[in-house]
Amino acid sequence: MKKVINETEIVFTAKSENESFARSAVAAFYAQLDPTLEELCDVKTAVSEAVTNAIIHGYRDDGVGKVYITLRILEDKTLFIKVKDKGCGIEDIRLAMTPLYSGDPSGERGGMGFSIMESFTDDLKVVSSVGKGTSITMIKRYLPIEGETA
Amino acid sequence: MEVLTAKYEIEGDTLVITLSGEIDHHNAKAARVEIDRQIYFYRAKTVILNLKNVGFMDSSGLGLILGRYTHVNELGGALKILDPSAGVERVLRLAGTEKIIPIVRSAKENK
Repeated sequence: MKKVINETEIVFTAKSENESFARSAVAAFYAQLDPTLEELCDVKTAVSEAVTNAIIHGYRDDGVGKVYITLRILEDKTLFIKVKDKGCGIEDIRLAMTPLYSGDPSGERGGMGFSIMESFTDDLKVVSSVGKGTSITMIKRYLPIEGETA
Repeated sequence: MEVLTAKYEIEGDTLVITLSGEIDHHNAKAARVEIDRQIYFYRAKTVILNLKNVGFMDSSGLGLILGRYTHVNELGGALKILDPSAGVERVLRLAGTEKIIPIVRSAKENK
């Protein structure tokens, strides 16, 4: 296990108004690793997807449940992100993760949330239990700029 | 909190919709109805979505854009995306939207 250098937890009500708060808070914590603009944008987008999923799918927009974010900076400058809800859970994770599949009947969501999380981070793990909730873990590795050591 | 605003300009048979702010699920939901109303009202031959002032967009933005593409198409028009930032363009390219909605760098570009 890699040593944890810094850690924070963010808890907020599952309201869509909090989506921008969540990604901004994560970006502020991640900033201490001095990421590139691209890396920062990747993490903000991936977190926005995970948090939106928790709000609209996990809690079905009930505006009551809580979303839990854990952030850790590891000794090799890796960023660990966990977004957890205690909502309805995902019945078929593989189906939910299929590109263009959307659980939203309005068709106004792209169905690309998991594809974005997968592409914009270095590792994605989804654990879900029906009736208990979902936990999404993402890893963003530190890539040293040429000539620099990690 | 970053909101999403839309400005509408008509130039000949082209409607330019300039979005400013961040596009996430919350903001997209609020903006969608008014954007559709304006598209329906003008029925322009070309609708250009100017994304120059959009600093952030997640997959809800893809949903917003693809939904408007369908609406514009149904009214017989064509949709183009103008000047997205690098971050926004990466989300667009990941979804492959450029196959149906061209990305242009100036409103006059006829691609």
